[in-house]
Amino acid sequence: MFNYLTGFDRDLFEQFDRMRREMDALFGDLGTPLGIRSSTAGSFPAINIGVSPKQVDIYVFAAGLDPASLDISLQQNLLSIAGERKVEVPEGTQVYRRERFNGSFRRVITLPEDVDPDQVSANYRDGVLHITVQRREERQPRKIEVK
Amino acid sequence: MSENKAMKTAESTQVQARPEQEISLRPPVDIYEDASGITLKADLPGVSKDRLSVQVEGNNLTIEAQAVIDMPEGMEPLYADVTATKFRRSFSLSNELETDKIQAEMKDGVLSLHLPKRAELQPRKIQVQ
Repeated sequence: MFNYLTGFDRDLFEQFDRMRREMDALFGDLGTPLGIRSSTAGSFPAINIGVSPKQVDIYVFAAGLDPASLDISLQQNLLSIAGERKVEVPEGTQVYRRERFNGSFRRVITLPEDVDPDQVSANYRDGVLHITVQRREERQPRKIEVK
Repeated sequence: MSENKAMKTAESTQVQARPEQEISLRPPVDIYEDASGITLKADLPGVSKDRLSVQVEGNNLTIEAQAVIDMPEGMEPLYADVTATKFRRSFSLSNELETDKIQAEMKDGVLSLHLPKRAELQPRKIQVQ
């Protein structure tokens, strides 16, 4: 009953694959090796990380979550996000498609070393969990006087 | 060794030279049906009600949305799973659905659509005298 038109849209997984291939082509073995804790591209939830001089922003794309069920912890510069996304399908229905992720997840990210674990804030809006971590002030280089 | 390097440079130029395409993400959906009609749920993280468009043209249902994330000034990407913010997905509907009675709800990035079946086509119990 529900036939979808095959458009020129890109599937989310195709996106991840393409990005991974491009990253490999551009960096290959020249770039820093993948973090030992990194997960395969394409795992739920998708994450973006951005850095600016004073802070690090982490965006977790997980729609339909209950923020109270999330377990976010920051140990030194290791950020761990765990939670569960329950998808309930009412009884007695005929299911045609189940593409949305259903279950528990955990993602561990290594942040730059100068993040301050005491200055973290998080908010959840429209299905995006936005975590901000402040970076420690750069220590001033000590001037050495030559007498 | 130098051959490898030449190949790598060629590949990277190819990637950069590709024209800017309008890339849309295809949101994952759950679709199920009961006696009253069809329910569709789509994951659209980062999308609020005002950036969502659900349109029916003839027998085609199209969902289009734009995700918005607030980014501080001077932010450089360090790692990105998501490289596009536009969502788009279409479906072909059948005649028994009441396309002008579609109900849509948006909460925490999840779009819930209910497409009711035409009243006269809903299963009706027949009383046996």
